[in-house]
This record gives sequence, C-alpha cells and structure tokens, in this order.
Amino acid sequence: MSLGRRGFLQFCLGAGAGITFSPLPWKLMDDSAIWTQNWPWTPVPPGGEVSIEKTACTLCPGGCGITVRKVKDRAIKIEGMKGHPINDGGVCLLGMSALYKLYGGARIKGPLKRAGKRGEGKWEQIPWNAAIAEISKELNQKRQDGLSHTVASMTGTDRGTVSQLFKRLLAAYGSPNVFTAPSLQDSERLALKLMQGDYASAGYDLENARYVVSFGASIIDGWGSPVRAFRAHTRWAEKAAEGAKLVQVEACLSNTAAKADTWLTIKPGTEAALALGLAHVIIKEKSYNKAFIRDYCLGFEDWQDSGGTVHKGFKQSVLKEYSPDAVSRITGVPADRISVIAREFAQAKGALAVWGRGKGTRPMAVHDIMAIHALNALVANINKPGGVTVLPDVTTVPWPSLVQDDIAKSGTKQPRVDRAGTDAFPLSESLFDQLPKLIKGGTGEYPLSVLLVHGANPYYTEHDRTAVAEALDRIPFIVSFSSRMDETANHADLILPNHTSLERYEDVPTPISSSLPVMSLSRPVVSPQCDTRHVGDSLIAIAKSLDGSVAESFPWDDYESLLKATLGDKWSVLEKEGYWKDEGYTPADWSQAFRNASGKFEFLATTLLAGAKSAKDCLPQYSRAKLKGEEFMYPLILIPCESMRLADGPVANSPLMTKTVADTVLKNDDLCVEVNPKTAIAHGLTDERMALLSTPKGKAKVKIHLFDGIQPGVVAIPTGLGHTAYDDYLKGKGVNSNDLIGMIEDEASGLDIAWGSRASLKSI
Amino acid sequence: MSAQDERTKTAGSSAVLLICFLVGLGASLLVGWVIFPALLYSEKEQPIDFSHVVHVDAVGDCEGCHYFRDDGSFSGIPDLSNCAECHEEAQGEDPEELKMIQEYIEPGKEIPWMVYSRQPDCVFFSHAAHVKMGEIECKACHGMIGESEHTDTYEYNILTGYSRNIWGKNISGLTSNTWESMKMGDCGNCHDEHGENNACFVCHK
Repeated sequence: MSLGRRGFLQFCLGAGAGITFSPLPWKLMDDSAIWTQNWPWTPVPPGGEVSIEKTACTLCPGGCGITVRKVKDRAIKIEGMKGHPINDGGVCLLGMSALYKLYGGARIKGPLKRAGKRGEGKWEQIPWNAAIAEISKELNQKRQDGLSHTVASMTGTDRGTVSQLFKRLLAAYGSPNVFTAPSLQDSERLALKLMQGDYASAGYDLENARYVVSFGASIIDGWGSPVRAFRAHTRWAEKAAEGAKLVQVEACLSNTAAKADTWLTIKPGTEAALALGLAHVIIKEKSYNKAFIRDYCLGFEDWQDSGGTVHKGFKQSVLKEYSPDAVSRITGVPADRISVIAREFAQAKGALAVWGRGKGTRPMAVHDIMAIHALNALVANINKPGGVTVLPDVTTVPWPSLVQDDIAKSGTKQPRVDRAGTDAFPLSESLFDQLPKLIKGGTGEYPLSVLLVHGANPYYTEHDRTAVAEALDRIPFIVSFSSRMDETANHADLILPNHTSLERYEDVPTPISSSLPVMSLSRPVVSPQCDTRHVGDSLIAIAKSLDGSVAESFPWDDYESLLKATLGDKWSVLEKEGYWKDEGYTPADWSQAFRNASGKFEFLATTLLAGAKSAKDCLPQYSRAKLKGEEFMYPLILIPCESMRLADGPVANSPLMTKTVADTVLKNDDLCVEVNPKTAIAHGLTDERMALLSTPKGKAKVKIHLFDGIQPGVVAIPTGLGHTAYDDYLKGKGVNSNDLIGMIEDEASGLDIAWGSRASLKSI
Repeated sequence: MSAQDERTKTAGSSAVLLICFLVGLGASLLVGWVIFPALLYSEKEQPIDFSHVVHVDAVGDCEGCHYFRDDGSFSGIPDLSNCAECHEEAQGEDPEELKMIQEYIEPGKEIPWMVYSRQPDCVFFSHAAHVKMGEIECKACHGMIGESEHTDTYEYNILTGYSRNIWGKNISGLTSNTWESMKMGDCGNCHDEHGENNACFVCHK
C-alpha cells in the first residue's frame, strides 16, 4: 500500500513536471484570455466597405448635422458633422443614440391593429393596405355623419413639412383641431408677438454674448440646441479673461449652476420677479440705453389713454413694485446681489438675458418671458451681436392651393375643441393642455372621435399624466405613427409605424435659439429595417383614399417628391452639403425690426389692451403661481430636475444614456430625489432610504439623496424616467415626474406653465 | 530480513518510483504535446478550393484582388461581386469553378471564406499603416499564400474560434519566419524593432 501511494505521488509528480514542459497550460491560459475578451455572443459588426453619410438629427429640436459611419448597409457610429453651422462636429448622447432607435428593442415592425383592451399590448399584424383602409373607413364615416370636425391630430412640432401635411390633411378633410405638443415656443412666440410684433421664436447670438443671465436655462444640460449651447458655454469660459460671464439663476445646483461664474439661488418660480428687480436697479440708476428706449420703444414712460386717464408705464411700475428689497423677499436673492448683477449687466457689452427653465421645452408664463426680455430691451441688445433676434422662416416653394369641398369648409369653421383662438384664449394657436380638462369634464364644445398622433407621446410627457390618460381614453379611435412602442402607441387602436430618423427624409427647419437661418436635411442612411412607411407617405395614401375633394390637395406621388418640390433650389445644396444656411443674413435695423402696429418695441403690449382687466396686465410683471394643495399637508416644493443624460420628451432614453446616469439619480429601479440635509432632519428622512413622495396629483416611492446643493424645503425629482412602455432597458425604471406635477394655467395664453408642485415626503 | 535484503528492496522500490515518475512524465508530455493540440483544434475545408497561383498569374499581383479603397481602407477578401467580374460565366472546366458559379454567383450568395489571418475582434489593425506607410510586404505576415495552388485546410481553435495560423502551426509557439504566427508578441516585437509605439491603445482601441 505504501508503495502504491508513493508510486501514485511519483506519477503525479512526473505528470506535473511533464505538463509544465508541455504547451498545454500556457496555451490554455492564452486561449482563455482571448475567449473572455471576445465573448462569442457579443455582437460585432461585419467587416466590409466603410462609408460616411451626411444627415441631420431629428431626435430633438436642436437641428444638429450628423455623419453616420457605415460598414456596408449597417450604421455603426454617429458623429457630429464638421462645419455644420449649429453643432460643427459636436454631438450629444441622444444624437448618438439614433442607432439604438434603429436597431434596438421596442421597434414596431409593421402596421398593427389593437386586438385586446387598450394598453393591454395585444396586437394583430395587418398589411399596409388594410391599415390605410381602416383609417379611411373611419374618417369617411365621420364626414358622412357631419362630424369631420371631431377628428384631431397631434404632432410634436408645428414646423417642417410633415407637421404641415397633418395640418393640410385636416384642413382638406374638414377639422380645425390641429394640436401640437405644448412647448416653450408656444409662450415665447406669444411674448415676442406682443413685444415685437413677430409670432416667432427667439434666436440668441450665444457665441458673441459676453454677459449672460440665464433664468433657469440649463445651458450645458440640453437647453435650446443642446450642442450649440454647450459649445457657447465653453467659449464664454475661454473668454473669461475678457470679461465673459454666466450668471445662473436656479433653485438647485445644476451642472450649469456649478459651471457658472455666479449662481443665484432663487425660490422656484420667481425668476420674473428677479428680472424685474434687475430692471428696477438699471432704471433707477439710469444705466439703460436711453436712445433705444426713447426712439424705438413704447410703454416705457407713463401714458394717457383716449379717455385721458394716465397709466403707469414700465418704468414707474417697476420702480414702484420691484425694489431690490421687495424682490429679495419674493425670490430669496439678497438685495445687494441683485444690485451688483444689475450693474454688471447694464455695463457689459453683449449682455443677454435668456429664458426657458431646464431644457427649455416646457411653456412659461407669457408675462414671465416679457419680464426677462425687457432686460434685453433695456440694454438694447436686440438684433445686435451677442443679443436676441427674431429669425424669418427659411423660404420654401409654396404648395398648390388647398381644395376644400363643402364638408371641409363647414368642418374647419367649427370652433376648436381646446378653445385656442377663441375669446377665452385669443392669442394661442394650440392648447393641448386644455384638452384633458375639457374632454374629461365634458365642458368642451364637442367630443373628439379620432386622434392622429405623430412625434408626440402625450400619455407620458404631459403634466397630470393620469388625467391626460383618462381624457385620451375617451377618444374612441387613436392612430399612432410611432416607430417604437411608446406609451401612446401602446394605447392606440391602430399603429402605422414611421421609419426611424436614420431611414427617412425630412426637412429640419432653423433650430430653436439659432441666430442664423439654417435648414438641414435628414435623409435615409440605411434601407428600412422593418415593414415601416414614411409618415408623409402614409398621410398622402390616407388623403388619396378619402371621399370628397381631400385627395385634390395632395397631388404628390410620395413624400420624397413633395419634399424635393418644396425645397426647390435648396434641394441640391441640401443633398450635397446636408445643410443650407443664409450666409448673407443680417438682423434688421431697429427702425425695421418691430412689426407691431406701433413699429416699436412694446413694453406695454398694446395687443392686450382691448381685452385686459387693467392696463397693468399689459406690462411685464410677476404673478405668484397658484400651486394646488395646502401648505400644512404639502410643506415642500417639488421641482423637476432635467438632465442631458435623460431624454424626457417624445423620444425616450436609449440604453446608452441610462447607463450614464449616476446611482444618485437611479439606483437599480428606484428613483432618487434630491433633498437638503436640513429638510431631511425636519421631516425625519434618511439618506439612501425610501420615502413616500406625495403631491396633490399622486404618490410615488422614491429614494432620498441628501444634497447640499438644493435649498431647504425644495425637492428635485429627475425627469425622463418612469416609463410604462418600451423595452426592459427603460420600462419600470424610476418614476415619471409628470404623474406628480399638475397643470398651472397661464391666464394670458391658457398654456400649462407648471414648474413644480407642493409636496410632502414621509419616510417608509 | 538481512541488511542486504533491505538494501535490495529499497533499490527495487526506488526503481519502481522512478518508473512511476517517468510514466507520469511521459504520459503528460504525450497529452500536452500530442493529444491536447489534436483536441484543441478542429478542421474545416474552405467552401471552394482556390488557387492563388492561377489568379496571381491572371491579375498580376496581390493588389489586383486585395486592394485599398479610395478612402484608404483595405478591401480584404474580395466579395462576390469581385469574383463575378470574371466568373459570371465559367472560364474553364474546373469543377471548383463550376461549384462557385452554381452555389454562390448564380444565387448571389457571398462565399463564406474562413480567414486564416483573422485577428480577434478586440484588435484594431490597419493595412494602410503597415503596407502603405510601413512598406511591409504582404508575405511578412501572410507568408507564401500567394504561391499556393490549393487552399489549406482551415484549422480553428475550439475555445476561441480563431484560426490556428494566429498561434502558428507549431504548438510550441516557436517560429523561424515572421509569417508563421500572428500573436500579440509578434506584433510587439516588430513594433520594437522598428521603433514604433507599443502602447495598448495602438491596437486595442
């Protein structure tokens, strides 16, 4: 036995020595290393000829030019287009994510008809001709019943040929109910219409601005055209030695506030009061541009109406009501800081006041924008380098005349169901936010019967989302044109999936906040990956299948021929370069700049005078927001916290973007809210522990993240999470902030201007 | 038992132990050098038996088929459209050519060539940097493949899936020519010899 054991040990010894002197262990180690670095299940693009395609990003209103690197027909990588007037080679996380929209999950692979209950997710695949026939049957029936006006559309924007096609379809069919998703542009255009006579968005010469006061705009976190704003911020930092400065007015220490030269901590929703406080100091110290105010402005001084009554102008109004001390009590900003910032602003060259909280996507009170824009007028930085301008639309070839039969004429004359343009809200063009109240409460003129949705996701993006969902559920037939299974598509009755942004043509008009007229062309860089169809082609096919004269307004064979005809001589430039810019554009002189009846910049909005309760309502002013809920029940203020890493609009986050989110924002599936340690002590909250967040609109379990950068009494909730649709990378992660924030109606416009909500937090 | 007997028994025992050691040694060397390589590598034949000699004669040089595109990228193995330029119709009576036409060119199906020199996906390699800028000859890495009349049997590693040519035919890893293996060490040695950057990110992007 002893020999046997010893013999065995000797055998093992020999085997060990032999193995050491054989390639086996060394080769296995090498192969294991290679194997673990190249998992066979990791997708690797096939080799092949590489090409670069130019196109434009349509995932946000930023309007960036992008290049797509392809291997054969497979898109591999997205980069910013060098030389593009908006982003010049830069690209954001969302722009890079177009590949996920193209190849990722949640794509709708062909037309679908609802087979189960709404939102149940049961679908029947149908061919395209059957899908068009379904809509055609529904729409023809409504025309026959004299109910064409009960058909509505909702698009993400009202700019570009696709949204104009929706508008044309409804006009030719017979309905006035064309809605666009509410945006800052809705209120901005109204403010500029009132003050400058142009119903247009503001353009900012960010690159040449040298003293920027940002009233809550997340300059480096997705505001305006995100890449351009980000680069402008870098430029200010480079020019700091020459006096370039950013003053960030914000309730919490956002990324922009952290990178600003000065951060003014302000009580949420009081930005307009601060703007008027700055105006007070500038006016009191007579440091405004007197020549501009004297020759090109109206309503600065007191004025007399036709009855002989004297009314206060902007100057006296501001001097009386918005002293630094008074404003300090409203905003929480120290009075001496207000005076210092006002003096610096008045003395700086290229002083610019910008508005739009967070990413600048939500509407604001019209009077708030007027108050902020009044600062630009005081320093006369309108249509000047580093200032604000109002851009003309890029000219395109007009479409053939609209043809309307009697049904269409009668239908379009019906009042809009949202009351936009009526006596209630004479200035507004679209008030989707009013719909839930009207549809649900039954106070609307008539119920809607059909809703066509494109580029919008109202089941997710609107405040008081539960009420919106309840209201939309009452519309009997919803058609979605989404290319991915978002919340609204999930509640639709029929889905006609659009191509994704990398598979389709589309014009991209001048991006918001641009100071130069630019048009870009989004075009297919890969062939369609699924049985989808361009939404423009779907609309043309629907129009051609309808009774009456509808088809006569749609003479085009397809969307591509429509786009070529519309862009005219710009098409060849857009095809070659990917963008067109009006190089010779210069803003109009002040004598030509203001298009209202007075021909002047109006501190006093004369358009409002006829319907105003008092003349004071026509001046820029601050109104305290009426937040719902009692303070003793909801002692905290909840504000949304927007980030470039989280897409919170109709285009949702990609897995890549969610991966970049810190675990102080999203920990596993739990959403974290920012709370000041003092708030935590007062309310018995513990860091990284769960709590129940309650508002008058809803409740949600959240995780507490203690953060000194947020004011005591204020809670910040990240936006862009809490989806109930899409795929496993997004669905069920976090909480949708829109469930917790209710609507606040702007008296001037009817738009939802909610910037937060009353709230309470209880440890659980 | 006498002392003599004790010594004899001890000597006999030592011999047995030595034999045990040698048996273990021999068995493991056999496993390591013969059985292990036989198990590690599997074999496949290329879809078409291809003659480089015939094609080099017809085309003139390597770059006739393995060319650089206008943007500087390397075309690698020609795709079906390159083959079809000459073999839309049969050039002779070779059964392999007929097979290629019937099975690949006529149905428009790419020929699934197995690449002897394919590097792992974590490796970035630029032909332009080596051939154009470094002026390295094709055979420095690919050997005499241009002179082959038949395709070699494709041997691949069952763990990694990569060609045996990367490690080299000699399981010991010893080589006498630059083209006999294409491991990271070979790349590194050549970079050292030529004074080129040997940082990780040069090849592992």
